[in-house]
Amino acid sequence: MIKVFKYCFLDLIRSRWTIVYLLFFILTCGGLLYLSGDSAKVVVSLMNVVILLVPLISMIYGMMYMYQVRDYVEILLAQPISRKSIFGGYVLGLSAALSVSVALGILIPLAFYDAPQIMSAQWLMLTAISILLTVIFSILASWLVLANENRLKGFGLGLFIWLLLAVIYDGIFLVTLIALEGFPIERLALSLTLLNPVDMGRVLLIFQLDYSALMGYTGAVFEKFFGTLSGSLIIGGAYLLWISIPLGFLLRKARKKDF
Amino acid sequence: MIEFKNIQKKFGKQHVLHGIDLKFNQPGIFAILGPNGSGKTTLIKSLMGMVHPTGGQILIDGQIKQGNEYRNNIAYLPQIARFPENLSVNEFLDFIENIRGKATRKVELMTAFGVNEFADKKLRALSGGMRQKVNLVSALMYDTQTIVLDEPTIGLDPVALIALKDWIRKEQGAGKTILLTTHIMDIVEELADEIVFLLDGKVYYRGSQQELLQKTNTPSTEHAIAQLLTLKKAS
Amino acid sequence: MNKDLVVILIVLVWSAAASAKEWEVGSSQAVASISQAIEDASPFDTICVNAGSYTHTSAVIINKPLTLIACGDVSIIAAKNAGIFEVRADSVTISGFTLLNVEKSYTKDLAAIWVDYATHFTLTENTIRDCFFAIFCTKSKNGYIAENNITGNAVQEHSSANAIHLWYCDSMTVANNMVEHHRDGIYLEFTDNSTISGNMSRHNLRYGLHFMFSNDDLYEQNTFTYNGAGVAVMFSDHIAMVDNHFLENWGRASYGLLLKEIYDSKIEGNLFEKNTTGIFSEGSSRVAFTENTFEGNGWALRMRGSSMDNEVSQNNFVANSFDVATDAKKDHNTYLRNYWDNYEGYDLDKDGLGDVPHRPVNLFSYLVSRIDESIILLRSSFIEVLNFAEKVAPAVTPTNLIDEQPLMKPTYNHD
Repeated sequence: MIKVFKYCFLDLIRSRWTIVYLLFFILTCGGLLYLSGDSAKVVVSLMNVVILLVPLISMIYGMMYMYQVRDYVEILLAQPISRKSIFGGYVLGLSAALSVSVALGILIPLAFYDAPQIMSAQWLMLTAISILLTVIFSILASWLVLANENRLKGFGLGLFIWLLLAVIYDGIFLVTLIALEGFPIERLALSLTLLNPVDMGRVLLIFQLDYSALMGYTGAVFEKFFGTLSGSLIIGGAYLLWISIPLGFLLRKARKKDF
Repeated sequence: MIEFKNIQKKFGKQHVLHGIDLKFNQPGIFAILGPNGSGKTTLIKSLMGMVHPTGGQILIDGQIKQGNEYRNNIAYLPQIARFPENLSVNEFLDFIENIRGKATRKVELMTAFGVNEFADKKLRALSGGMRQKVNLVSALMYDTQTIVLDEPTIGLDPVALIALKDWIRKEQGAGKTILLTTHIMDIVEELADEIVFLLDGKVYYRGSQQELLQKTNTPSTEHAIAQLLTLKKAS
Repeated sequence: MNKDLVVILIVLVWSAAASAKEWEVGSSQAVASISQAIEDASPFDTICVNAGSYTHTSAVIINKPLTLIACGDVSIIAAKNAGIFEVRADSVTISGFTLLNVEKSYTKDLAAIWVDYATHFTLTENTIRDCFFAIFCTKSKNGYIAENNITGNAVQEHSSANAIHLWYCDSMTVANNMVEHHRDGIYLEFTDNSTISGNMSRHNLRYGLHFMFSNDDLYEQNTFTYNGAGVAVMFSDHIAMVDNHFLENWGRASYGLLLKEIYDSKIEGNLFEKNTTGIFSEGSSRVAFTENTFEGNGWALRMRGSSMDNEVSQNNFVANSFDVATDAKKDHNTYLRNYWDNYEGYDLDKDGLGDVPHRPVNLFSYLVSRIDESIILLRSSFIEVLNFAEKVAPAVTPTNLIDEQPLMKPTYNHD
């Protein structure tokens, strides 16, 4: 797996699209830092970019790359290694290359502009969320590629999943909250947040950015949850599930699939 | 020795292989022929573990095929020559060697197919013919008892084609078992010891070229195959 | 100035100085204790307390018009269960002392300086540390409280008291004091016609400044920062709030300025920066909000539906999460000619006013006012889409909450 990972990573970091992705983040982050001059404000603006675009780009780019891998994977399947090693290696390589792009894209401009901020909780959290979302959506993308030989259908499903998690889900969320207006629904709101990795990332960032004070009583309930050890464990667990369940689906599909 | 026992394969409702029984227990070149969709590639992929048969067994040296290690003894040339785009030819071959171990015949093959000239180029910059040469190198660079070639001649220039034929003959001489699919009958006539003709997922004919010519009473293998097909249609 | 007046003044001062006697108090002086000096002194005398540390056995009662001055570093430590000075005569001055350790009490309002039924007193340049109440004035008039530096040690609201507390007072001036770490920084209860200016009030547990039932007061050029709940002005009218800074009052129940039942007042030229809520208004009427700047707040202005006939104009709204929030279906306040940084209109006739009206309430701020929990969707992409749709075709937000002439550029620069 490590061998496959190594060459996949090598292949990807040389891809012009990976470089475009890196440059996009360097320009966005650098531009915002330059224009606003306040690294604390830039975190807020970048948060919206990260929440919306990191999943989208990981999904689309992940699918583009994995469909390309699909074209030549027979050569690897003919080698005496397991499918798990091959696809495990590719998912790892894809996640790693995109994560490196996005992390460097955020941190390089920051290092030039306001180096001590790199160790601040806000920026670390922003980078961590970016990486988590990259990994999750790379796995989802790879799974969709293996599950759909028809590329058009694959990309369609990928876009739909992105739209669902990044946008539509919150609409359903809101409708639920409105429908249950007047009931004590903090726990429900909390559970609904934990079910969606994008929302979870957003809320974690909001708490890190000290927006929690905006949230009044509800915020107190949430912050209490996020602040405790069991809360952190649940969040960690939720992210772990969001990585391991799609990964399980992916590896199962890889094992059963006819190439 | 490779043996297919009653191999079945369905893709959904589509029944591709209807109980294939085949045994390759002696050295030689076996041309697997058949029209498009007859199941040639599916059969080969079943051997390589890329396709899971819905029924039947594949035996390798008398043992039921399992795990991944058996592929150490099979060289496989896939039909479509595609590669990681941003690696150079050398890096890609390194990649394979990293997985499978040091290749004993890499240098020899690279010289034979003239791959050295573009060994440092990125794979995405190569033409179709060049890719097929890289494909051949990566497939044949291990010294294996069984060699499986799926349409090996696609896109090859005459020089490379001669080099390929020479290489196949050499391997034949070395006592290897070579399975070959192609649509080019000249190659079959020139190289094949035996012909396996698949039709609609069944073995329709198996035997030597001479037998085939005698049976069909035709001057060339090409005609013989064409006759087999028309007979089938008539029935 | 009139020449005759100058002459008269000089004569007056000279004669007063000639008649008033100055007393020295100190360990090396004839009079060793302050209370002895007070007893000995005649009205309008000056008592000069020499440098040193004085521990009292009970509160010192000042019952005649006297001037008490610290000559050097004088620190006075309170007696157990007692205050330090009790002013019970008019025209008393207490200046330059360091007053320490008035204990907290649940039964008595113990204060470093308690002024009771007195007028024309002056409390200046005192340093007051770790006291329950620092300065406590009851039923007094025409007091001047300035340049004091007051630091408490409040930890819990119920067991702490206020730095400067005025109860049933009139015509007071509280200027340029520093008050911190008390329950409230400055508290006015039933206190009219007073001026609070140039003070710095910070790190107080509850309010930096607190008005209750006090009318016709002015507070200006104060800074309120890092207070538990900001500044509260309640059940009062004719209050002028001018040129103050409300900074970083950040917390769940925290406001820059909390208005409750306030009438006929003006809020002008203030800066609200980085507060959870810039101004929270409940049941306020006829208040003019003009030329204020709201920057980087969670909510700049929260108007509960019970607030009406207020006028919001010439203000700047910059970089707030929500500019205006209301829970009302219909709004009864006027919004005109404010600068909104998220205004997307244009100004074709170049008169400095946007040609398209601006709606400062977005859908999400309305939703959050109704359903607390929906704040968890803050900054969600879906919400951005929804806000945009609502902006294009308003369906839910109050249709009449609208600035017909939004400014294209901010109006007013605060220092």
